[in-house]
Amino acid sequence: MAKPPLPLHDLQERFGPHLAFTPPGGWGEERTHSPDELVKTHCCFCGQQCGIQLKVRGGQVVGFEPWEEFPFNRGMLCPKGVRRYLQGNHPDRLLSPLLRTDAGFRPAGWDEALGFVARRVREIQEKHGKDAVAVYGGASLTTEKAYLVGKFARLAVGTRHVDYNGRLCMVSAGTAYKLAFGVDRSPNPWSDIPEAQVAFVIGANVGECAPITTQYLWQCRDRGGKLIVADPRRTPITRNADLYLPVRPGTDLALLQGLLHVVLREGWEDREFIAAHTVGFEAVAEEAQAWDPRRVAAVTGVRPEAIEQAARWLGEADRAVLLHARGIEHQSKGVENCSAVINLALALGQIGRPGAGCMMITGQGNGQGGREHGQKCDQLPGQRSIADPAAREHVARVWGVAPEEIPQAGLSAVEIMEAIHKGEIKALISICFNPLVSLPDARFTREALEKLELLCVTDFFLSETAQYADVVLAGSLQEEEEGVVASAEGRVLHIRKAVDPPGDAWADSKIYVELARRLGKERFFPYKEPREIFAELRLASAGGVADYAGITYERIDREMGIFWPCPTEDHPGTPRLFEGGRFFHPDGKARFMLAPWRESGDPVAPEFPTYLTTGRVVGQYLSGTQTRRIGPLVEPFPHPRLELHPRLAEAHGVADGDWVTITTRRDAITLQAMVVRTIRPDTVFIAYHWPGGRSANRLTHRTLDPRSKIPEFKVSACRIEKAAGPPEWVRSELPADFPRPESKAPSQRLPIVGGR
Amino acid sequence: MFGYEFYIDPERCIGCLSCVNACAECDTHRGVPMITVDYLDRGNSIATVPAICMHCDDPTCAEVCPADAIKKGEDGVVQSALKPRCVACSNCVLACPFGIPKMMVKLELMMKCDMCYDRTSVGKRPMCATVCPSQALAYVTPDEIARERRESPVNVFQFGNETVKTKVFMMMPPGATAVVVRATESLDVADDLWEPFEEEG
Repeated sequence: MAKPPLPLHDLQERFGPHLAFTPPGGWGEERTHSPDELVKTHCCFCGQQCGIQLKVRGGQVVGFEPWEEFPFNRGMLCPKGVRRYLQGNHPDRLLSPLLRTDAGFRPAGWDEALGFVARRVREIQEKHGKDAVAVYGGASLTTEKAYLVGKFARLAVGTRHVDYNGRLCMVSAGTAYKLAFGVDRSPNPWSDIPEAQVAFVIGANVGECAPITTQYLWQCRDRGGKLIVADPRRTPITRNADLYLPVRPGTDLALLQGLLHVVLREGWEDREFIAAHTVGFEAVAEEAQAWDPRRVAAVTGVRPEAIEQAARWLGEADRAVLLHARGIEHQSKGVENCSAVINLALALGQIGRPGAGCMMITGQGNGQGGREHGQKCDQLPGQRSIADPAAREHVARVWGVAPEEIPQAGLSAVEIMEAIHKGEIKALISICFNPLVSLPDARFTREALEKLELLCVTDFFLSETAQYADVVLAGSLQEEEEGVVASAEGRVLHIRKAVDPPGDAWADSKIYVELARRLGKERFFPYKEPREIFAELRLASAGGVADYAGITYERIDREMGIFWPCPTEDHPGTPRLFEGGRFFHPDGKARFMLAPWRESGDPVAPEFPTYLTTGRVVGQYLSGTQTRRIGPLVEPFPHPRLELHPRLAEAHGVADGDWVTITTRRDAITLQAMVVRTIRPDTVFIAYHWPGGRSANRLTHRTLDPRSKIPEFKVSACRIEKAAGPPEWVRSELPADFPRPESKAPSQRLPIVGGR
Repeated sequence: MFGYEFYIDPERCIGCLSCVNACAECDTHRGVPMITVDYLDRGNSIATVPAICMHCDDPTCAEVCPADAIKKGEDGVVQSALKPRCVACSNCVLACPFGIPKMMVKLELMMKCDMCYDRTSVGKRPMCATVCPSQALAYVTPDEIARERRESPVNVFQFGNETVKTKVFMMMPPGATAVVVRATESLDVADDLWEPFEEEG
C-alpha cells in the first residue's frame, strides 16, 4: 500500500521543489569567459521544439544562447526556454535510485533497485497475470525513449497496458486527423501561416502555450491577413484579433457547425475540390443544416453577426489556415470538435496548398514524435494500428518475435488509473508522467496510487507521483541523452547530448534496457546507444504512415530537420501533406466525418451553475515537475488564481485578491480571485500546474471522449463562494522558500523578475 | 550592428516575460534585468507593454548627472553609469522622461539598458529583441521594418513643451507621427456576448 513515507515538509526539505535562481558556478567572473561548448539542440518544453544553444562549462549546462540560424524560431524563445538550464544542476536532482522505507526514501544501488523491480514484477505477474502490470510513458521523451517504452512494455513486461501522458494532450486531434486523412500530423508547416489571408484560431492560447507561434500569426496580419480567435477568454493573441468570438466552454462544436452552415448557405464551398478529393460531404452538409447562426448564438453565446462575419472571411479567402489546440480537444466530444474543423477546411478546399490548411498545435515537448512509435495503447511504430495483422507482422519481424507474441491493444492512460483503482492492475512502471497532478479527479488518482502493490517511477526530480513510489529510478533530462523529436510541424529534429546525467543518475534508455535484462529479455534490447534504437526505429517505421526510414541524425543536422514521411535517404521529406489533394487513405480521398452534438459529461445545473475551464500559464510546463523548481519562472505566477469576470465576482461579493472556494461534483479547492473583464461572465478559469490543495485537477472529471479517450479538462460545472480566509494549503503545503500569496490584489501587476 | 535599429511595438507584446528573463542572463548585469514588462490595466485588458531605455538624442539622464557618469557613444547608445564616477544620487532616475534608470542600492550604481553593447559590438542582436516571441521588440534594418510591417516607426515624443527624440523607435498606426498608446481600451468579454449575463440568485 503505497503512501508517501514521510510528511510532506520532510520530503520537501530534501526533494523540493526548491527554487533555483543562480546558474551553476554563480554570476562570478568565470561566467564572462567563453563556454567550453555551445551545443545546438532544442528546447525541452512544448511542441514547437525551438532551436536553442546550450552553454556548457565544466560538464554542466550554465546558460543559453539563441540559435538564430534555426529556421523555425530564428533565435526566439519563451521564458521557459531561456531558463531551462537552471534544472540541470538543481539541488533537487535525484542522484541515485531510491527505495522507500518506513523512515523515508533511502539511496540504493542500481543492482538492488532494478533487481527489486524485476522481482516484484515477476511475483505480481505470476499471481495476477501479465496484464496486472501497466506501463506509463510520456510525450516529452525523445522518440527513441518513447519507442523503447512501447517495446519494453510489450516484450519485456509482456503487458497489453501501455499508454502515455500524450493521452492528456492532443489525441482527439490525432484521432480525427487519422479518420479524415489517414495520418496524424499537422498537414502544414508553420511557414504557411503568414501566407494565409485568414487565420482562424479556436481553443488555442497561442501566446502562452505556443508563444513562438504568435509571431507567425502577427506576420499573417502584417501582410494584411485577418485573425479570428474563438476562446472563452481574451488570451494574449486576442489583443490583435480582427474578430473575437467568446465561445462558451464546451460549445465549440456548435460554433464550427454554424460556420459550415453559413459557408454552405452562401455557396462558398469548393465544389470541385469536394467532388474530386473527398467522400461523405452530403451527410455532413445535411448535419450542418440544423445549425443556423441564431441557434448557434443561443448555444455558444457568440453573436450571430460575428458568426456570419467569420464565415464570410473564411468563405471568401483564397488561402485560410485553421489552427486548434487543447481548448477543443480536451472535451468529451474532442474528436467531433476536431472533425468539425477538418470538415470546414475540406468544404472550403483549404488544404494541401501554401497558406491553406487545418493545423493542430501539438502541446508537449515531443508530442508529435512521442505518439508515433508505439507507446500508445493501440499503436505500433510508424503510426501502425496494433490490430492490423500486416502491421503486427512487420513489427514482429523487426523485433524478432512471432506476431502473436505482441500483445493486443490495452487500456488508455485514464482507464489504466481506473483499473488500478478497481484493483485489476496491481503494478505501474512510469516514466515522464506525473498523473497525480495531470490526470483529472486528483483525489481518485491518489486513492488509486495508494492501492498499488508496486509503483516504479523514473524521473529526474521527485514528482508528486514519485512520492508514492516504492522505487524511484534517477533518470535523465532531455539534454543528457542523444535522440530525435518531432515538432508540431512534423519536423524531425536532433536532440544533442550536452552533458552526462549527474551523480549516479542514468540515461533513461539505459534504465529501461537494464530493467529488460533483469526481466530476462536482454536479447530484444541489445542497445548501447540511442543511435542503435533509432536505427531499429527506422526499420520498424518503414512503410508505415510516419515513415522515418530515410532519416539519419546526420541528415537532420545538415538539413535543419526533416519532415516525415521520409521513406528513403534520397527523399527530401514532406513539409506539406496532401498537395494535389492526395490523402493517405487507400483511395487517396479525404473523409468528411459526422460530428453530432453531445452535452458535456459534467453539465451545469442549478447547484453548479458556472463553467470551469482549465489551462496553462506561459512560465509553467504541464504538471510543473520541472518548471515549479525554476525560480524566475515561478515568481511571476507562483500559485494558481481563480480568474473571473467582475459581474460574477460582484454577484458573489468577491473582490480582486479575495479567497474563493470552488466546488465541483468531485471536490473543492480555495484560491485567490483575479477579477478581470477578459473572461466570460459565466465561466471561471484555473491554471493546472500545481499539486495538492492548489490542484485544478481536484475539480475536473473523468469523462472521456469515447474514441480518443481524452479527459474533458476544458469543461466542468462548478459553484463559487467567498471563503473566510486563506486555505490550509497556504500553511501546510508550500515549500520553505516558495513565495507566499500576497494579501493585496495579486492580479494587477507583473512582478519584477530578478535574481536572489 | 551597423544599419540596424531597435523597434518597439507594444501591441505585439504577449506579456510572456521572455525579454526580462533573457536580459537577466547577461554576464554584465548578472541576474538583474534591465527591461520591464507590465500590464497596462489587467482588470480591463490583457494588454502588456515592455519598457527599455529609449536612448535619447539629448539624454536627460546625462544632462542632470552631477558626476558626468553617463556617456552617449557615437552609435547613439546611452551607456549605464560609469562605476568609478557614479555617486548614486538618483538624479537620472528622477529625471528620465521614460522612467528607465534603476538605482542599484547595494552597488551604489545606476544601471540601465545599454542595448546589449557586449552583443551588438560583436555583431549579435540585443538579447531581448533576439528572443522576443512576438517581435514586439525587434532589432532589424529600416528596410525590413518598412517591408514587413504595416505600422510606422516614430521616434519623436512630446512631453508638454519638451520634444524628445530617441534612437529607439515605437511602432504606431500607419502614417502616425506622434507616439500614441492605446492604454485604456477595455477588452471586456461581456461586450462581445450574444446573451445578456443573467445574475445568479
